[in-house]
Amino acid sequence: MNEGRKEIIQIAFVAVGIIFLVKLFFIQVIDRRYKELANSNAILKVIDPPVRGLIRDRNGKLMVYNTPEFDLEIIRKEVKTLDSARFCEVFDMTLPELRQSFRELKAKREYSPVKPTVFIKQLSNFDFAKIQDRIDEFEGFYIKPRSTRAYTTKAMANQLGYVSEISKEQLARDKEKIYRQGDEIGQSGIEAFYETYLRGKGGVHYLLRNVDGIEKGPFDEGRSDTISIPGQDLISTVDIDLQEYGEYLMEGKAGSVIAIEPSSGEILAMISGPSYDPTMLTGRNYSENFKLISSDTNKPLFNRPLMAQYRPGSIFKIAQAMVALQEGVITPDTRIPCDRDVIGCHGPHSNEDLRGAITHSCNPYFHQALRRMVNQGKSDNPFDDSRIGLKEWTTHISSFGFGKPLGIDLPNEKGGLVPNVDYYDKAYGGRPWKFSNIYSIAIGEGENLVVPLQMANFAATIANKGYYITPHLIKAIGDSLKPLPQFTEKHYTTIDARNFEIAADAMERVVQSGTGQYRAKLKDIIVCGKTGSVQNEPRPDHSVFIAFAPKENPKIAVSVYVEFSGQGARAAASIASLMIEKYLYGATQRPIIEDYVLKGDFLD
Amino acid sequence: MIREDNITHKIDWVTVSIYFAIVFLGWLNIYAVTYDENVSTSIFSLDLNSGRQLIFIAGAVLIISAILIIDRQFYETFAYIIYGFLLVLLLLVPMIGKEVGGNKAWLGIGSFGVQPSEFAKFATALVVAQMIGSIGFKMDNFRNQLMLFALIGAPMLLIFLQKDTGTALVFSVFVIVFFREGMSPFIILIGIGCAIIFVLTLLVENQYYLYVGIAALLGLAIIMGRKKFKRIALLATGALVIVMMIESVDYIVTDVLKPHQQNRIKALINPDADPLGYGWNVTQSKIAIGSGGFLGKGFLEGTQTKFDFVPEQSTDFIFCTIGEEHGWVGSLFTIALFMLLLLRVVFLAERQKNKFARVYGYSVACILFFHFAVNIGMTIGLFPVIGIPLPFFSYGGSSLWGFTILLFIFLKLDAHRMQVLQRL
Repeated sequence: MNEGRKEIIQIAFVAVGIIFLVKLFFIQVIDRRYKELANSNAILKVIDPPVRGLIRDRNGKLMVYNTPEFDLEIIRKEVKTLDSARFCEVFDMTLPELRQSFRELKAKREYSPVKPTVFIKQLSNFDFAKIQDRIDEFEGFYIKPRSTRAYTTKAMANQLGYVSEISKEQLARDKEKIYRQGDEIGQSGIEAFYETYLRGKGGVHYLLRNVDGIEKGPFDEGRSDTISIPGQDLISTVDIDLQEYGEYLMEGKAGSVIAIEPSSGEILAMISGPSYDPTMLTGRNYSENFKLISSDTNKPLFNRPLMAQYRPGSIFKIAQAMVALQEGVITPDTRIPCDRDVIGCHGPHSNEDLRGAITHSCNPYFHQALRRMVNQGKSDNPFDDSRIGLKEWTTHISSFGFGKPLGIDLPNEKGGLVPNVDYYDKAYGGRPWKFSNIYSIAIGEGENLVVPLQMANFAATIANKGYYITPHLIKAIGDSLKPLPQFTEKHYTTIDARNFEIAADAMERVVQSGTGQYRAKLKDIIVCGKTGSVQNEPRPDHSVFIAFAPKENPKIAVSVYVEFSGQGARAAASIASLMIEKYLYGATQRPIIEDYVLKGDFLD
Repeated sequence: MIREDNITHKIDWVTVSIYFAIVFLGWLNIYAVTYDENVSTSIFSLDLNSGRQLIFIAGAVLIISAILIIDRQFYETFAYIIYGFLLVLLLLVPMIGKEVGGNKAWLGIGSFGVQPSEFAKFATALVVAQMIGSIGFKMDNFRNQLMLFALIGAPMLLIFLQKDTGTALVFSVFVIVFFREGMSPFIILIGIGCAIIFVLTLLVENQYYLYVGIAALLGLAIIMGRKKFKRIALLATGALVIVMMIESVDYIVTDVLKPHQQNRIKALINPDADPLGYGWNVTQSKIAIGSGGFLGKGFLEGTQTKFDFVPEQSTDFIFCTIGEEHGWVGSLFTIALFMLLLLRVVFLAERQKNKFARVYGYSVACILFFHFAVNIGMTIGLFPVIGIPLPFFSYGGSSLWGFTILLFIFLKLDAHRMQVLQRL
């Protein structure tokens, strides 16, 4: 039954060979079209890079835009004779430099004698007009325009981020093949986070070229060309005037200032000190400046508001108060004696109620409140009881957004640390622990870690009486005029609104008559605040202040963290109140406080 | 050593000569692709693909020696073990493999990478031959057929999961071997029928024309033949199946295939619709081949292939270099060499004394044929762009070694064919 099948298979093999030869005869010998196309040396694909989206501040002021730059490209094969003396004169080089450039050219990975390769980067720094007039004299050299980022402000460098040429690793990770070598990509900050919106889409036009590389006009009358689509513009939540003012106040200091509009989660200003001028990381001097900035021991590239994890200090007492009230272990009228044998305290006070304890930042009060919170007697075993209590405490504290990244629209956000049962189990290596081992978290010292953004978000949460909207820097993307969807969602804490009323009352008293009274008070507006001085033995304390204002219908919530500057009532409270004043009134009228901040002697 | 003496006398030197001729031509063309008149680099330089290919060729010669020395019984005895081992490797690839050019088909051993899929071909050929050659195997037994399709289906599926659709499709060619061994031609006919419907669906924009055509044919068949209910019902069911197929083709093309696969099929059907988009590869490849003319531009004189107009020039599109530099005459010579090889292998297969060797021989011929047909077919626009290499010709160690093992196991079996006293 299998007879003839051998022949069928052999005939099929031969038939395919013959079909190929016939088809080949058609395209190679009969059809002249392919020869002509090949002679026009086929089609040159020219990519038109897209224009990157612009970034404006909340009032429409332009912050980031694009400015043209020009590269000199060479097609090595087309350079038949080169008047090197003249070339050196036009391009302001010496002969050995020119020879060096040629050697480097050949060493480049992407080098090909028939394809354009960059010979001199960013011509804009040369006498561009002169070059443009004479470029025709140099066969095989072309000027290729491209655009680079430019800034109207020296502020906000870390939040805006920078753009630079895509690295080999990034190219390798680009699975969808969106980028090509030499493309620019957002490397940090908003530029990186919103890269997909900002970058736009490159266009392509096709040119016909002959064997000598001379362009013969568009291919197919440009019918196949695609137009580049510009990136989408962004509108930031930041008020650039407030931002610049904040950076002015933070000059010479290390730390963070963050201002948030509580009702929307919009970040009004976000200062990381020390900073750098964003223009330094653009254009021709990028690599040189990047080396300079990244090796600076003050770490200007370290974005403190999101990346610096500190112990929160006394501002954390508000959170403790909220948790204790919610659990019903204290009431606003509960009085606890200021017993300084257990834990140190400061200032003259002896037996305060809750509001008084916050006003005077009484350490023993919150030590006792946390003890009642953690040891509620739900188990007879003190160790088990502490575990149950701490678990509840962790749930409440985490609901404020502590202990995990909040999800701001910037890369590299840190989450801080809220110690939980597992944490202490690990820390004590399986040995039992109870309240007396962990009590320093009561006053924001100990194991707690927060980033300044979380502190500002905490202030906004109190201002909102119990919820927050994830802080963000971009309020509108492109034509949608909307932020990303996650930035409209309310996150509720586990605490009732009425308890936050008590916090607001107490924070009002902190500014009116407590630790913050002298520098944080404003004339017609009720500011609610809380000081903190985070210990750093043997160096000076970090100065911390959170605040919101006005008390009714708050418009701004602020956190300030100034490293190694002593009491919170000094550097931090001054800066916070100046920021509030600047934002609410448009100008500040307290030159004494401003001078005090600018002078920077907080440790007398 | 009597055995060594034997092998040199008994091996089929015609096939060996064709093999080395193709390998040598491939090597020269790989050099031509990277050759640059401005940078005089030697053909032996390890910076070039040609230099590295020479190392692969040296490796191939070692592999050949090993295959010829190993006892002929080994391949039949260990067929399933080799096959099983390669299936395990194929399973491992998606987990620990590295990705090269969008396909995760490589296993890295240090800086050295191998593609297990290239070696799965000979392993599958061995087990298919083993099964068909085993006592009690009947090609018309449904169970036996099912087992055969499972044998080729397993590596096919695993390679498909590596997103290497081209290599996975190669395994479908075993159907021709089954046909030779007695499987009903209906399976092939149905396959061809499906392919025709598939292409028709893509070609005809409005499917209702197709439906009208099917209805007309159905009506004609009913009127012409005897009007028995059973027959009419059968015809109507057939027509319904075809309509459903057309609908599903539409679904497959728009919803199942990935955009780049859709584009390759579209490029085949109408390459001029978008010569710079999805038709770019085929257009450029045809320009390169077409510009070669009758005699070609001469060795190392090609411009199209060298200047990166054609993608993947030293691997999948190596035939462009022949077409451009050696013209139609060069193409004729190359195709003739492959034809000679294929016919010679079929001839050798037919003279085998046992079934195992014969089936294996046919598998070799069919696998080589599939690669040859699809590879050259795609460069001249007769097949969709499926990235599979031209055997012995394209640059790459795994593919060269895989094909070398495939072919030389058969030559080893052939050399000892007289020693087998067996049933046919």
